[in-house]
Amino acid sequence: MYDATRLPKSRAIHKSQNTDSTGVCSPHLSLKLELQFKRMAASSAVTANYVLKPPPYALDALEPHMSKQTLEFHWGKHHRAYVENLKKQVLGTELEGKPLEHIIHSTYNNGELLPAFNNAAQAWNHEFFWESMKPGGGGKPSGELLALLERDFTSYEKFYEEFNAAAATQFGAGWAWLAYANDKLKVVKTPNAVNPLVLGSFPLLTIDVWEHAYYLDFQNRRPDYIKTFMTNLVSWEAVSARLEAAKAASSSSS
Amino acid sequence: MAIRCVASRKTLAGLKETSSRLLGFRGVQTFTLPDLPYDYGALEPAISGEIMQIHHQKHHQAYVTNYNNALEQLDQAVNKGDASTVVKLQSAIKFNGGGHVNHSIFWKNLAPVNEGGGEPPKGSLGSAIDTHFGSPEGLVKKMSAEGAAVQGSGWVWLGLDKELKKLVVDTTANQDPLVTKGGSLVPLVGIDVWEHAYYLQYKNVRPEYLKNVWKVINWKYASEVYEKECN
Repeated sequence: MYDATRLPKSRAIHKSQNTDSTGVCSPHLSLKLELQFKRMAASSAVTANYVLKPPPYALDALEPHMSKQTLEFHWGKHHRAYVENLKKQVLGTELEGKPLEHIIHSTYNNGELLPAFNNAAQAWNHEFFWESMKPGGGGKPSGELLALLERDFTSYEKFYEEFNAAAATQFGAGWAWLAYANDKLKVVKTPNAVNPLVLGSFPLLTIDVWEHAYYLDFQNRRPDYIKTFMTNLVSWEAVSARLEAAKAASSSSS
Repeated sequence: MAIRCVASRKTLAGLKETSSRLLGFRGVQTFTLPDLPYDYGALEPAISGEIMQIHHQKHHQAYVTNYNNALEQLDQAVNKGDASTVVKLQSAIKFNGGGHVNHSIFWKNLAPVNEGGGEPPKGSLGSAIDTHFGSPEGLVKKMSAEGAAVQGSGWVWLGLDKELKKLVVDTTANQDPLVTKGGSLVPLVGIDVWEHAYYLQYKNVRPEYLKNVWKVINWKYASEVYEKECN
């Protein structure tokens, strides 16, 4: 469901004078993104697209690194609840039928979160998360992705260190991300349901560090969970595909 | 017969701490994990022994350890006049100090059933609850609803507003202590709604945890705090 062609065009980001170093949207940039989302919504044939998509692998396929029990609860209960509750929440409102990214953007409301933001963003974040992993994943990326990581972090090891630190130090519930903006890769950590879409960058990879993501398998040992994720679960293929889409969206004109 | 005064382990520990403070080994008072006044399994079936042990020995301990580290770093930064480090440390102090403060209250907010856990509030606190919330059930319903609605991690509190002299129900995010919602707020009962507080037993069903936790809430302690603040 993560349709990278529906990402905002980078022209909006490049032209903005008002993003700070973390890529946070200024109101000026938000308006441009809003127009992009409206164009995407208009051209999209999909109306009510809030679907609990299954992960691209069986619920036991990530064992022993992430248990079937965790997937059953995390996808089957938590993610499902975000989707179902979102549907109920937008029913009969002006948000009903709007694409998910549109709802996320408008309910983020420049940081003054509106009620539907939590469910909408979490529905998006979790689908993105399942697709960030694969059976037999992990290890080091290769090709252009590795080259860019080496360019922007000086080495894969430095990227790993930064991503690990972000995931380990996001206090309370949240996410750590690899994101792309202004032709640069960066690591970002966000609280609760916030994601890089609302901060003006293209998400490429995420790890869920809400306790429900790891508690059954690792209890309090979040560092062990992060290490397992990086060593055994990351789908660099998915990350590379997202990077290509982000670059294409950035460089295409009008 | 001469009676010998035998120094208990507790006394010796106290002496050691005092002497090291006097000798200035540490510029900073360090904190230690408080013992639970009951066994890990004593709150079952409301809260499992497994959760209590991990919650106390791992989560609370980590807050204590990290709080001590942050205070040590803060002390050094203050002594060096390193203002930007002082400012940078504030979030670690808030997270970990708040975690220590909140959990220290929480363990006292709980009691085994055979030690009064779950017995409804009496005395002046009981009356105040009736006045402000109609009944203990009314209060429980409100706190459970607000606790269930916390997005992400946090706490739900029954507090006393010392200035306005009334009871309030409020929530805080992450490990923010109740006082961050108002300088005159005194915590009476706090319920941890971080997922680590219930996940192993209740999984995603936080409302079920909130329904059951009331069976082990120690209203006697809350009453003591309330009466002390009111006098």
